[in-house]
Amino acid sequence: MRFRYIPNTVEDQKEMLTEIGVESVEDLFADIPSAVRFKGNLNLPKAMSEHEITTYMSKLAAKNVSLNDCSSFLGAGVYQHFIPSVVNHVISRSEFYTAYTPYQPEISQGELQGIFEFQSLIAELTGMEAANSSMYDGATSLAEAATMAAGSTRRNKILVSLAVHPEARAVLKTYARGQNLEVVEVNIKDGKTDLEELKETIDAQTAAVIIQYPNFFGLIEDVLPIEEVTHQNKSLFIVSANPMALPILKAPGEFRADIVVGDNQPMGIPTSFGGPHVGFFATSSKLIRKMPGRIVGQTTDDQGNRGFVLTLQAREQHIRREKATSNICSNQALVALASAVYMNAMGKQGIQEVAKQNLQKAHYAYQVLTRIKGVEPLFEGNFFNEFAIKLPKPVSKINEELLKHNIIGGYDLSKDYPTLKNAMLIAVTEIKSKEEIDEFAARLEGLL
Amino acid sequence: MSEIKQELKYSKEHEWVEVIGDNKVRVGITDYAQNALGDIVFVELPEVDDEVTINDTFGSVESVKAVSDIYSPVSGTVVEVNTSLEDSPELINEDPYGNGWIVVIELNDSSELDELLSSEEYETFIKEEE
Amino acid sequence: MRKEKALIFELSKPGRISYSLPELDVPEVALDELLPKELLREEPPEFPEVSELDLMRHYTELSNRNHGVDSGFYPLGSCTMKYNPKINEDVARYSGFTSIHPYQSEETVQGALELMYDMQEYLQEITGMDKVTLQPAAGAHGEWTGLMMIRAYHESRGDFGRTKVIVPDSAHGTNPASATVAGFETITVKSNADGNVDIEELKKVVGEDTATLMLTNPNTLGLFEKDIIEIAKIVHDAGGLLYYDGANANAILGIARPGDMGFDVVHLNLHKTFSTPHGGGGPGSGPVGVKKILEPFLPKPMVAKKDDKYYLDYDRPQSIGRVKPFYGNFGVIVRAYAYIRSMGPDGLRAVSENAVLNANYMMRKLQDYYHLPFRQHCKHEFVLSGIKQKKLGVRTLDIAKRLLDFGFHPPTIYFPLIVEECLMIEPTETENKETLDHFINTLIQIAKEAEEEPEKVLKAPHSTVVGRLDEVTAARKPIIRYKKS
Repeated sequence: MRFRYIPNTVEDQKEMLTEIGVESVEDLFADIPSAVRFKGNLNLPKAMSEHEITTYMSKLAAKNVSLNDCSSFLGAGVYQHFIPSVVNHVISRSEFYTAYTPYQPEISQGELQGIFEFQSLIAELTGMEAANSSMYDGATSLAEAATMAAGSTRRNKILVSLAVHPEARAVLKTYARGQNLEVVEVNIKDGKTDLEELKETIDAQTAAVIIQYPNFFGLIEDVLPIEEVTHQNKSLFIVSANPMALPILKAPGEFRADIVVGDNQPMGIPTSFGGPHVGFFATSSKLIRKMPGRIVGQTTDDQGNRGFVLTLQAREQHIRREKATSNICSNQALVALASAVYMNAMGKQGIQEVAKQNLQKAHYAYQVLTRIKGVEPLFEGNFFNEFAIKLPKPVSKINEELLKHNIIGGYDLSKDYPTLKNAMLIAVTEIKSKEEIDEFAARLEGLL
Repeated sequence: MSEIKQELKYSKEHEWVEVIGDNKVRVGITDYAQNALGDIVFVELPEVDDEVTINDTFGSVESVKAVSDIYSPVSGTVVEVNTSLEDSPELINEDPYGNGWIVVIELNDSSELDELLSSEEYETFIKEEE
Repeated sequence: MRKEKALIFELSKPGRISYSLPELDVPEVALDELLPKELLREEPPEFPEVSELDLMRHYTELSNRNHGVDSGFYPLGSCTMKYNPKINEDVARYSGFTSIHPYQSEETVQGALELMYDMQEYLQEITGMDKVTLQPAAGAHGEWTGLMMIRAYHESRGDFGRTKVIVPDSAHGTNPASATVAGFETITVKSNADGNVDIEELKKVVGEDTATLMLTNPNTLGLFEKDIIEIAKIVHDAGGLLYYDGANANAILGIARPGDMGFDVVHLNLHKTFSTPHGGGGPGSGPVGVKKILEPFLPKPMVAKKDDKYYLDYDRPQSIGRVKPFYGNFGVIVRAYAYIRSMGPDGLRAVSENAVLNANYMMRKLQDYYHLPFRQHCKHEFVLSGIKQKKLGVRTLDIAKRLLDFGFHPPTIYFPLIVEECLMIEPTETENKETLDHFINTLIQIAKEAEEEPEKVLKAPHSTVVGRLDEVTAARKPIIRYKKS
């Protein structure tokens, strides 16, 4: 049997076996005790030709409802935005995607420079002094920020707002258990972090306060008083941000965040059923040597030419081993590159324009939807491209009906917040036309 | 061949200790240690007033591909820190017994000094390590 | 050859654009009517301003400064740099896979759930485990997930004293790091002269405090731990569990299964064994398989099936919780799925047979020129030591750099730590004999150069776009972002 990814011919194999001095390939496995040798054939479907694969995978893909074939108002941490064509063309260059981690800088300058540019763009966007080369996703990035804060303050309690993404909080709790950190959730009041409760809860053991910006309900938190409470207590202020909001909202660096994390998925990355996305991690110069993950740095070669290398490696698992504070090695490099292409393609002008369109369209949708009889805003407050409404019926029922009209309704908040019954979280990005928004409103009205 | 200063005392973790009077000692890492590490790129320093305990770590020294803890050779309180290492960690490579000193510690118990190695003992010790 | 490349920021010129957005079709409202001024950013982020062609040329030039598997041989040990099939890239980009939202209702993502469910089943069969989760994002993430489950298992039995993870001295650095972040202490056990775990040493360190032994099999020396049955017994008798690091699973597909060897937890790297591209360092995918006793602790949700319908099972009261938002690096899983369906059971076995054949062939051809510390047959990779060359003043690092001049990516170097001046070579099954011969001859030539003209090796590389880079200054005075001067 021949396989197109395996070039050895029978003749090649014979020559090689002779050189090795054995009769058969089987002899090379003679050291595996027969008790643990697998006998027989793996019970897997038999091989398919390329054409069969295409057909089969097309059918499988067709069993999913693609966002491209309907009108979706789902967000809740993952957003459908316009992605310029160049993004896919760049990351389809196999010099990038078939490379490993750039351990040999002389032949990895492309990747290293591409990631150096990613770090620079993230630092610009967040208003921070430095950023790493990426994390798995926004949630693990947040969890690692908590660990870093605990390490650098030598405290073990993490305060996290209940208005932080429920899945990020869930991941944080799993990580915290590993590191024996205590996670305390701070309640919400009118959809935002309850400042009074925060003041009461924060104490000498608090390593960090974590908020989301805009928060899970789409609201822009009152960051200044939270920052003040946090820093008065000498805790670190961790902000998990939606990058798409940052071109127009005050950057976390401007309100003295110590660590800014988030997922850069909105910037050039398809929703992909939740992954691969790309976590970002930015901090101040003071803390860079505590930062997890790989970092690319600029340097010169033996003739003084500028070049790039992986740097500050003594922080990392392969050197620090059991003393490492993070075990991350592989990250999301190609997705980070894709996201850098997006940021560069949008550029200084485009990135502001796209953010503004999100803001405008979401506010238009808010106006149209809250005008419907029976629909009320869930919370009052400033928002970017996402807001929550209260309905007279369960969200799941409404969404079922909407789907019949090829509309994917918003996120059902009662899944994570049982007290928020009949509350729908709606995301409106630049790709939603006025027509789509109006139709959504009309269909919704018809269902109430 | 690594330099060993006769007037200093040494720990098995490759720190040197210089008694500078008033119950105080200056501490750094030895020439042998800096050689083994190679070009030092960063030193994590303790802060003044930190309490240190004999054989516990109070900082670390990083080279490009290695990191090594600094173990306190004595117990006491940090009273001075060589902050010039923050910007110039290479001082440890260039002058480990001089400008590359790391901290000054005020001793809790000066009898701990008796446990340290003499220069001859340290010389024998590193020969065995090699 | 040497040439600096401008940063994208340095190509920027105010007024140029490479984006296109539709005109705003909703009534525009003044910004300060939508948001109070104090919430707004004063200075926009300094992103570059370039045209679309400028952008494409920039990245094309960057790509030309990069070496991937498609550029040339990449025998990086323990990384399994095999060919990344193009069809997998194509199918993974189908809109029905890329443009689905993780919070769509289950009936609108049945294809995705079916694929994931089948993938769980396939990986269970391949590893001999009872249940697989696809949630972890990479190998290290899988290790940590596995260790968290081991911890939950012991604790669920009221056993809080199992605080130690044993790893061999040949282990990947990630193993001890993962143990630490899962809250364990690491104990290292020595290898014996054959490169295997020293059984007597192991007996000394296992005990009531043993949570698990983490083992890579074949190990990082490329050798099969032939005492695996005894090792498993020692660990299990002490009440510990056995963890399989799947970094080297490319040697055993259809040949031996970790589940049959006695392992309780396994992680795989889809980006190594199952052909998904490494992407310059990610995204990966690190599924974890467990035996029945650990099933209740798997992260949630799991993809499950009832009648003919697939669903996400959140009802897992003993679960360690989430390790990642949503369901894993789905796009990577799609590629690996297409790979398994393309290869079938015979193909997967042929992968391991040829990977092992290639490695042994190279090892025998090179053993007279470089020191071979372990002389028995290897599995899919092997280690050489550059100690002969070191005596001539040429280090393994120099040999690696010299290989760059011939268009090869060097092997993994200075790992595992137990072999001096180590070169760790993994050819994979997708390379043809001519490529292997060319690489072998090049390494032989470099060995000769080390004797006859060492300067040539010491000053290498000669043909790359940059020379050896100053890593010391990079780490002392880190410049990790561009800043407009």
